Amino acid sequence: MQAQLPALQVVLPLFGALLAAMVRRSRPAYGITVIVSLLMPVISWLLLVQVRNEGPISYVFGNWSAELGIEYRIDLVNALLLVLVSTVGAVIIPFARKSVAAEIPEDRIAWFYSVYLLCMCGLLGVAITGDAFNVFVFLEISSLATYILIALGRDRRALLAAYQYLIMGTIGATFYVIGVGMLYAMTGTLNLAMIAERIVDIETTRPVLAALAFIVVGISLKLALFPLHVWLPNAYAYAPSFATVFLAATATKIAIYLFVRFLFSVFGVGLVFTDLPVSFILIVLSVAAMFGAATVAVFQSDIKRMLAYSSVGQIGYITLGIALANLNGLTGGMVHVLNHALIKGALFMAIGAVVFRAGSCAIEDIAGIGRRMPITMSAFVIAGFGLIGVPGTAGFVSKWYLIIASLDKGWWWLAFLIVASSVIAVVYVGRVIEVAWFREPNDALKGVKDPPLEILAPILIMVFAIVYFGVDADLTAGLASEAAEALLAGLR
Amino acid sequence: MTGASLIALALLIPTATSLLIPLFRERPNMREATTLVGAVALFAVVVLLLVEVMAGGRPALHLVDVLPGLSIAFNVEPLGMLFAVIASGLWIVNSLYSIGYMRGENEPRQTSFYVFFAVAIAGAMGVALAGNLFTLFLFYEVLTLSTYPLVTHRATPEAVRAGRLYLMMLLGASMLLLLPAIAWTGFTAGTLNFEPGGILSGKIGNVAMAGLLALFVFGTAKAAVMPLHFWLPAAMVAPTPVSALLHAVAVVKAGVFTVLKIIVYVFGIDTLAEAGASEWLVYVAGFTVVTASLIALRQDDLKRRLAYSTVSQLSFVVMGAAMAVSAGIIGSGLHIAMHAAGKITLFFCAGAIAVATHKTKVSELDGIGRAMPITMTAFLIGSLSIIGLPPLGGMWSKWWLMLAAAEQGRLFVIFVLIASTLLNVAYLLSIVARAFFAAPRGGAQEGKVSVNEAPWPCVVALSLTALLCVLLFFLVEIPQGMLLEITQTADPAGVSIDE
Repeated sequence: MQAQLPALQVVLPLFGALLAAMVRRSRPAYGITVIVSLLMPVISWLLLVQVRNEGPISYVFGNWSAELGIEYRIDLVNALLLVLVSTVGAVIIPFARKSVAAEIPEDRIAWFYSVYLLCMCGLLGVAITGDAFNVFVFLEISSLATYILIALGRDRRALLAAYQYLIMGTIGATFYVIGVGMLYAMTGTLNLAMIAERIVDIETTRPVLAALAFIVVGISLKLALFPLHVWLPNAYAYAPSFATVFLAATATKIAIYLFVRFLFSVFGVGLVFTDLPVSFILIVLSVAAMFGAATVAVFQSDIKRMLAYSSVGQIGYITLGIALANLNGLTGGMVHVLNHALIKGALFMAIGAVVFRAGSCAIEDIAGIGRRMPITMSAFVIAGFGLIGVPGTAGFVSKWYLIIASLDKGWWWLAFLIVASSVIAVVYVGRVIEVAWFREPNDALKGVKDPPLEILAPILIMVFAIVYFGVDADLTAGLASEAAEALLAGLR
Repeated sequence: MTGASLIALALLIPTATSLLIPLFRERPNMREATTLVGAVALFAVVVLLLVEVMAGGRPALHLVDVLPGLSIAFNVEPLGMLFAVIASGLWIVNSLYSIGYMRGENEPRQTSFYVFFAVAIAGAMGVALAGNLFTLFLFYEVLTLSTYPLVTHRATPEAVRAGRLYLMMLLGASMLLLLPAIAWTGFTAGTLNFEPGGILSGKIGNVAMAGLLALFVFGTAKAAVMPLHFWLPAAMVAPTPVSALLHAVAVVKAGVFTVLKIIVYVFGIDTLAEAGASEWLVYVAGFTVVTASLIALRQDDLKRRLAYSTVSQLSFVVMGAAMAVSAGIIGSGLHIAMHAAGKITLFFCAGAIAVATHKTKVSELDGIGRAMPITMTAFLIGSLSIIGLPPLGGMWSKWWLMLAAAEQGRLFVIFVLIASTLLNVAYLLSIVARAFFAAPRGGAQEGKVSVNEAPWPCVVALSLTALLCVLLFFLVEIPQGMLLEITQTADPAGVSIDE
């Protein structure tokens, strides 16, 4: 059983998706989703423990050698991502039932869950596989599922958002696969570890450099690196609340994983960060995201859109940590992958709860909602503190690592930019707090109260985690720093 | 009970109070009783701690390592002890006062008021007892965030605007300047712990040290050193108990306390004095003292006048610390206590006047002394203490500051002290003079004016703090002795103690 865990991690949601599609009715479909969602973290945590104790796990499908077949390869980095995605999936699943029932027509709910499981299967697959083309397959599975999830949003603009993402996502995937093709032509293998081995002698050849460029740009699209983020705000704003929560917490994070996997493990630190100006370009774009996207967030009138732009800005912190390419920076980036997943998950769920009760998340419609939904909005405030990076929240831990990493490099100006950009978060979070708490509730909110426990509980769990990992970051920062060390050491 | 558990209790009691208060939402008497019990219990715990510290103990509590090198830990030393005693002691009086004020004014949402108040006190305790820069920063932000809803309590557009300024200035400065300063310190010194004699000695150049000090001082916007003082007058839209305890004692004192603590335990006064890195701060603080006093003179709104007076008085503490000499540190430490007692009295009086007569402007106070004799007498005592006349506590801090200035031959500081004292007289005693000697406006008759004081809890509270101003004159030995102790560890040569 233990030996088959890597396969189960992906196969289980795949079969769950099939089953949910076959039952066609909403309640059993939800039941299947719950079961799968609760099993996923068990598997991923077992894998993480195994990796920490015994080193990287290699799993070859059908006993084909890794050269020809598909190898699943799990080290600390992707074990961390598997844990993140599956745990988030388990925590948020209670939120789904009522929220989905309220936002999606009854006859499509089973489809929704089926596609949701497919999306999870894709994301976990991208993380777990050690094969470049297999990555592409899973990437497409998750992307196609995501398009459907977004398109199921009740607002008609959801269709446009899904279409926009479809175009952008396809361009990204195409770039990626072109890059992989070039690598295959040069190295004769699709196995990431073997590419990494063989690339050393040919790393300055033009096809390899071109492959690097194609892959970096392709993945950057998926992870919404500024300015390739334009698909994201609409997608998050118009998707069903539950889909937004899941995508915001996991989808971009998986793309980030892929990004670091290629930069650090496949191409290698020496080539990417020493010989090429990737670091410089990434830092410029990250800082632009931190300021630009965050500033745009300030002017949004729809809170979901605001949080979406904030995500683009926060991804800037993660890519900044990656670009610094030292231990503290990479740790900061990786730990922010976890922390930001928690923070944005909590925020989008809180807003999802508001939509569930009040039917809107436009800022003028939620005036005074703090007094009607005190628990939900208190959770929003605390998660908002996390976004700002107030000490005592998880967000601070990430920021601290990034500041120290900048000082390690002697770039005090960058440390200053990091703290300066977080002040913008004060503005956009403060704006919501002001409207929600210090305005008189309008009549439309009469009778609105906190959502039922199954919606509230996941929000509170996430908020608790935000505070807990801000006070004792031993687990998150510890894992992130181990992952960072593994990345810096390379695959070889 | 061990020191560590006392520290834990000092943090837990106000936190628990804030959690219990909402349970009595529907029963105001129980709710206020909870606050009072919490306040008394906290004070008792703090006094127990004080006994231990005065016996030479240095209780410590290591709570948790957030990251390697970044921990939440507490370490009680005299300076923090002093601040904790002041904040927790005055919380009792202030809670009493709040009952009279909040009910007298029929304020809405009183439950959340008491909740956030208790959280703010927890924040102040954390700041006071913090054992390293990170812990201090953590609770400093708790204090900012928990007082923001108190500033915006009335939810009027004006209050919301003031709250915005408050949050942006305090949180903004702490993130933009204080956080990098802390990171820089940790990066250079390799530790964030407060240690006698400082942690930066020999690790940083003179110019860089002056820059780091600037980051700390301006990052701590709660100290209200100009030009980062605007938030304080704006915060006066809050209900008066908030202005009294938080914006005359806990929040602003947390600011100057932070500056003082950093100068003593991070830089070390000897290191600073050698480098001359705090020289500029003497002038900036002196400028703030005089300028804020001049502005106070021109305010007609009573609370705003008191707020500018606070800005001015806070910079005394900063100035004393910036002189980087033992007597200055003692003066600064004492001034935290003395000004707290004096200014909270003045704010209590201003609030009492507002509750009883709905008057908020100085120009409306003609003849009010006859209707509110107790209040205005207390106001006189508070004013005299701020001015620094014996037999009131305020005299001692100015005495030590003067001593420090004389020791170093700083004419500038002496000038600032004299000028500010004269300005104090002008902007505070003029109010008292109006109240007692001017004829009431609106052609009121000579002779009988019926006494119309604020609700009794208010009057009791302001009488108590006025009494405290007098008591401090006689009890100065206690804080002075404690402060001498820290300056002596910092400066082995010691200072001459004149009796």
